[in-house]
Amino acid sequence: MPFGLLKYGFRRHYPARRYLPAVTELKDSYDIVIVGAGGHGLAAAYYLARDHGITDVAVLDKGYVGGGNTGRNTAIVRANYLTPEGVRFYDESCRLFQDLSGELDLNILYSERGHLTLAHTDAALRTMRWRAEVNKHLGVASELVFPAELAKLCPELHLGQDARYPVMGALYHPPGAIARHDAVAWGYGHGAWRRGVEIHQKTEVTGFQRANGRVTGVETTRGTIGAGLVLQATAGSSSVVAAMAGIKLPIRTVPLQACVSVPLKPFLDPIVVSGSLHVYVSQSDRGELVMGGSTDPYGLYANRSTLEFKEGLIAHILELFPFLARVKVMRQWAGMADMTPDFSPVMGLTEIDNYYIDAGWGTWGFKATPVSGKRMAECLATGRQPDILSPFRLDRFQSFEQVGERGAASVGH
Amino acid sequence: MKIMNCPLNGPRNISEFVCGGEVEAMPAPGAADAAWADYVFLENNTAGVVREWWMHAPTSYWFIAERDTRSDEILRTYPASEVFAERQDFAT
Repeated sequence: MPFGLLKYGFRRHYPARRYLPAVTELKDSYDIVIVGAGGHGLAAAYYLARDHGITDVAVLDKGYVGGGNTGRNTAIVRANYLTPEGVRFYDESCRLFQDLSGELDLNILYSERGHLTLAHTDAALRTMRWRAEVNKHLGVASELVFPAELAKLCPELHLGQDARYPVMGALYHPPGAIARHDAVAWGYGHGAWRRGVEIHQKTEVTGFQRANGRVTGVETTRGTIGAGLVLQATAGSSSVVAAMAGIKLPIRTVPLQACVSVPLKPFLDPIVVSGSLHVYVSQSDRGELVMGGSTDPYGLYANRSTLEFKEGLIAHILELFPFLARVKVMRQWAGMADMTPDFSPVMGLTEIDNYYIDAGWGTWGFKATPVSGKRMAECLATGRQPDILSPFRLDRFQSFEQVGERGAASVGH
Repeated sequence: MKIMNCPLNGPRNISEFVCGGEVEAMPAPGAADAAWADYVFLENNTAGVVREWWMHAPTSYWFIAERDTRSDEILRTYPASEVFAERQDFAT
């Protein structure tokens, strides 16, 4: 063995720092138990510790940290939504994302690329203009651009009239970005753990003990623990977990598939999305084209991939970038998306006093990781629904006050 | 290609079908708002065997399918008349 290498092994900074805690025993009870160690659950734990000084917290997960939808999305961050409620909320998330690498002392590879939502019809163009005006009104950079400008922003894009659905214009959102999704979960997990939060992986919640309209205990595969407050942040399994607490949700679990190409030299700067063609594509820092489309046509609790999905997706990708015809798909996967009828999340208080929910994240969960963590932490610490989360409360469906978010991915325009 | 057996048209590509959600009892027309909100917006979202409305789109034929939402296995498909023998009257 070369001496230099051996010397490195004896250095003070080796081995590298640990990101997540080793396995420890569960305590008998915690002030707060968070079900689900994805980005949202860990971010909530992080902000509980950082902003509210609450560290008697356990984050439980049946799998591993960030193994669910946190690691299965296409990692796009943007705030160019349609409803004022949605724009305000996602804009706060974008701003938190911009400083997150420094905040977490971990490079999340946050990369502002600009985000283009293409319009292929007059109706879509009208929606884009609508979104641009709502965005500008709320201080979010968005504007309508037409093919001449599009050719400068994304020279690779096929703008000819020979396409099946020629591009008529686009909503251009300069702050649109991509980030490394795993790093976001690890960073929040690490930060929470360093502040005293416990993270227990491979610890599945199997039920809740209830008394006097409250949840008093959490049953897990490693025994039952007491809990002052419970937060569920379990994405695709939201309905299953909520049912254990006796809560019925406005959610359907539907697979959302995605894939990446083999790595290519960097050529695609902006993130390109088409609601009409059900396509979104960006090039990661590794050079892979990250491609996604719409959700599956029917509900399923499975992460399987289908050939039909890829046939449809790639036919549309080739409409936009015909020169990719001989590029191969390298990996494929799916996540279980918890879709709500109005394409907005379900957050905050529930009918059970000390049971809180962070669900309904469908196809828009990753970009909301920082803001949902921060605001759910505030909600848990104060016991009140923060103003910014008020439109997303669970009981909006009983009072018919939905937030129709047609700026969501997977929604046709 | 995944195949679904249509009670009217026989085995067809699943892409020809549209899922219409779980078969649930409809509230009475005059029921409380809460009952209608539950019926329209809330979902059992069962992880397991469910009974669902499906439509064969090219023929607009609605029927019922039993499906396992964990394995995507279609257990049985049959005409809606097996469950709904009487016509629903909305006039009253």
